[in-house]
Amino acid sequence: MNVLVYLIPVSLVLGGLGLVTFFWALRSSQFEDPEGDSRRFLSPDYDDHPKE
Amino acid sequence: MSRQPHIAACPACVALPDTAAIAAQDAGRDRAHGQGAGAGEAPLLLSLPGIHCAGCISGVEGALTRQPGVISARVNLTLKRVSVQAAEGVSALDLAAVLTAAGYEAWELDAASLSMTQTDARGRYLLTRLAVAFFAMMNVMLLSVAVWSGATDATRDMFHWISAAIALPAVAFCAQPFFISAWAALRGRRLNMDVPISLAILLAAGMSLYETSQGGEAAYFDAALSLTLFLLAGRYLDHRTRSVARSAAQHLAALEVPRALRADGESVALSDLKPGDLVRVLPGTRVPVDGVVTEGASEVDRSLLTGESLPVRVSVEAALSAGEVNLTGPLLVRVTAAGADSSLHRMADLVAMAESARTRYTSLADRAARIYAPAVHLLALLAFAGWLWLSGDIRLALNIAVAVLIITCPCALGLAVPAVSTAASGRLFKDGMLIKDATALERLAEVDVVVFDKTGTLTRGQPELVMPGGNATAGSGAGRVEGSGEAHRTELRTEYTEAQSEAPGDGAVAHAAAGAVQVARQGEAAGAGLAAGYGEGHAEGQGDGHSEGHSEGHAEELVVPWDHWGAWRRCDLEITLALAQGSAHPLSRALAGALTQAGVVAADLSALREVPGDGIEALWQDTRVRLGRAAWLGAVVTEQTATWLQIGTCAPVMFPFRDHLREGAAEAVFALQDMGHEVLLLSGDVPAVVSDLAAQLGISRWQAGASPAEKAAQVTALKQAGHKVLMVGDGLNDTAALAAAHVSISPASALEATRVVSDIVLLGTSLAPLGAALRTARDATRRIRENFAIAAGYNAIAVPLALAGFATPLAAALAMSSSSVLVSLNALRLRGRGRARAVAGETAGRGNTVGSVSSGQSFGGQAPGRQSVGGETQ
Repeated sequence: MNVLVYLIPVSLVLGGLGLVTFFWALRSSQFEDPEGDSRRFLSPDYDDHPKE
Repeated sequence: MSRQPHIAACPACVALPDTAAIAAQDAGRDRAHGQGAGAGEAPLLLSLPGIHCAGCISGVEGALTRQPGVISARVNLTLKRVSVQAAEGVSALDLAAVLTAAGYEAWELDAASLSMTQTDARGRYLLTRLAVAFFAMMNVMLLSVAVWSGATDATRDMFHWISAAIALPAVAFCAQPFFISAWAALRGRRLNMDVPISLAILLAAGMSLYETSQGGEAAYFDAALSLTLFLLAGRYLDHRTRSVARSAAQHLAALEVPRALRADGESVALSDLKPGDLVRVLPGTRVPVDGVVTEGASEVDRSLLTGESLPVRVSVEAALSAGEVNLTGPLLVRVTAAGADSSLHRMADLVAMAESARTRYTSLADRAARIYAPAVHLLALLAFAGWLWLSGDIRLALNIAVAVLIITCPCALGLAVPAVSTAASGRLFKDGMLIKDATALERLAEVDVVVFDKTGTLTRGQPELVMPGGNATAGSGAGRVEGSGEAHRTELRTEYTEAQSEAPGDGAVAHAAAGAVQVARQGEAAGAGLAAGYGEGHAEGQGDGHSEGHSEGHAEELVVPWDHWGAWRRCDLEITLALAQGSAHPLSRALAGALTQAGVVAADLSALREVPGDGIEALWQDTRVRLGRAAWLGAVVTEQTATWLQIGTCAPVMFPFRDHLREGAAEAVFALQDMGHEVLLLSGDVPAVVSDLAAQLGISRWQAGASPAEKAAQVTALKQAGHKVLMVGDGLNDTAALAAAHVSISPASALEATRVVSDIVLLGTSLAPLGAALRTARDATRRIRENFAIAAGYNAIAVPLALAGFATPLAAALAMSSSSVLVSLNALRLRGRGRARAVAGETAGRGNTVGSVSSGQSFGGQAPGRQSVGGETQ
């Protein structure tokens, strides 16, 4: 049962990682334009070089 | 245009080829307007109603970033909007012109009106809590599974403690919305749904903590968290539905940029105007302020304010109100009141007062909560008292009471309503209806009387020429073929009354009589000689004159050769066309369109000039010819909208008009009548016009010349008679009635104040979705009731178990999740089956006019008219 000492914190940290990622995505406006984002990758505009 | 050929996989994306040319011309003028509207630090916003693919995105962004002064541009396809960061001096109008020239329809948006949608603070507040609740519940659930599978002693205690460490902060953070709402209700000495929710969550968490500290067996941390999660999900769905509607409503408002043109041509914000300033109002634009005309003469369209369809003549010293549309000549107006003081805003304030006086509707959920909340508390208390008396063990009694609270907690109830209304609103939004109010759907489902406004609602406020045969040239609603038995009979005016009546023959006779009365009236007005012509033409049309053309094909019907036009001589028509082409007045435009379509060639005229407010005059073979108002030409003024032609000094010839029916108006009225609703028409317009329209749509109860107060009084009277009234209207004169009605709907072309007061806004131009909306609303309400029944059924099974003390944390978790899932699935059913039924209903509705010419085709002829409407409203 000693393995629980590692496993429970590990599961919590992994879950927390997901939570933090979600907050990051929320804060960086990644859910503002789902429709546009789903189509932007079709555009060849920045295929050869990045935007700036 | 940076669009690459291989992205043209989106075929509809050949963006507006013909508008490009027009836009190029307009660009110069717009630039002149756009000065002074300098852009500050805030991003410029443009609405892009036409974009829909990756090609559009890169096209728009490319076109904008190539403009000097533009720093960056980002398209939001979901909102169909682009936000531009630009240096000072770049105006949104310029950018809109650039985009329109590039082939993308673009409109300036007033950033101030959109400030609220920029940051959806409440949405993030709920979403953050939802995410935390999900994280916490998943972890606690994992630990709980271990406990349920048989962890004992120290392991169980440790798992409980870890659960507590996760659950307690999570509950404190995530359940805040419920605590706040419950606290507010308790302070107001009320009980709402959030009181039992908060109590259950708090007691579950507190009881579990105590049990854990005592090394007890049962802990309900997972139940407390899953309660929070499910209820937050309901709350978030509810919020999203409303925020989508709110943002769309704001988008509509933002399209009307509050801006005026000073006398020197400078375009300024409305807020910068002071009383005494001079403002120029160009033909075709809306009067931005209250004021007095100091220079120029013109006609103004007051239909949005009063419901009159006839334009009113104005000249120097005439008073204008904000919201009127200037039609023919440019006007110089001295401002008497602007912005918040203008009559438009005073009206909006009245509306706000009417709003607050509106009968408070208690939603189904609130009504359920009113019974539910006390019952739950009483039950839990009884359980506690009963077990305490039976066993004398406080801990056991408390445990059971908490179990009862958790089991009965309105988890399913909290989801039942939001899930259904989200599904229903989403469906209606796709059909072009914006549900602004949370309870609008429930109220819509109860409606039994529908009151329509005329001008701008059932009609588009666009005149169309009435043919001598009683047929309208553009053929919007007129001229449908009905397959009744073997005989193809043409019904010229009343499509739907006709379709409904059991004995079509009688209907036709009655109608012919009605038509004859109208002909007589027209004849009288037009003077001797004309009556015969009208009567003949009408009789011909009513009988078999047009039936061949109708049954053979619609294309032939649209263009009636000029020599079928009865009373009018060919040379009259040629002169009229030439004169009408010289004016931008709506009547002239309609006349010119109809005549051009009929193949009339314009006569040669010289010295053409427009007399603002009166008409147009010119010389034809050295004779003076005039087209204009009856009073100007010395003709008898009639109630019917008409324009007159006079050649030399001969008797004037009348061209009667009627208001162009809005698309789908007939379908909507018929669908509503078919569902058993009574349909009324209340208009501020003159009786002749109103009765004509009522007959055309088969509405038997109508009232003309109704003032705003009368309209509201009528609606209130109906309400007091126990009817639930749906009011559909667009004018400012309707706002009081809209606010007084049980539910209200207004088209997107209505003024902002009117849209604010109505519960539902029709986004498209068609009224056709009305019938489907009522059906969806009923389906939704039924679904909500079903969900309540499911929740009640689940309680009926689970509560006795809990009372008997058999409820374990595992059973609670299972029951709670399964009932929530069941309720959500039932709500989602609305999406699929409801649509199929709506379509079926529509086909059934159309079936009554079998063989009728497709409405799409007949509307095709109206395209120019529609565009001009768009131009005015923008």
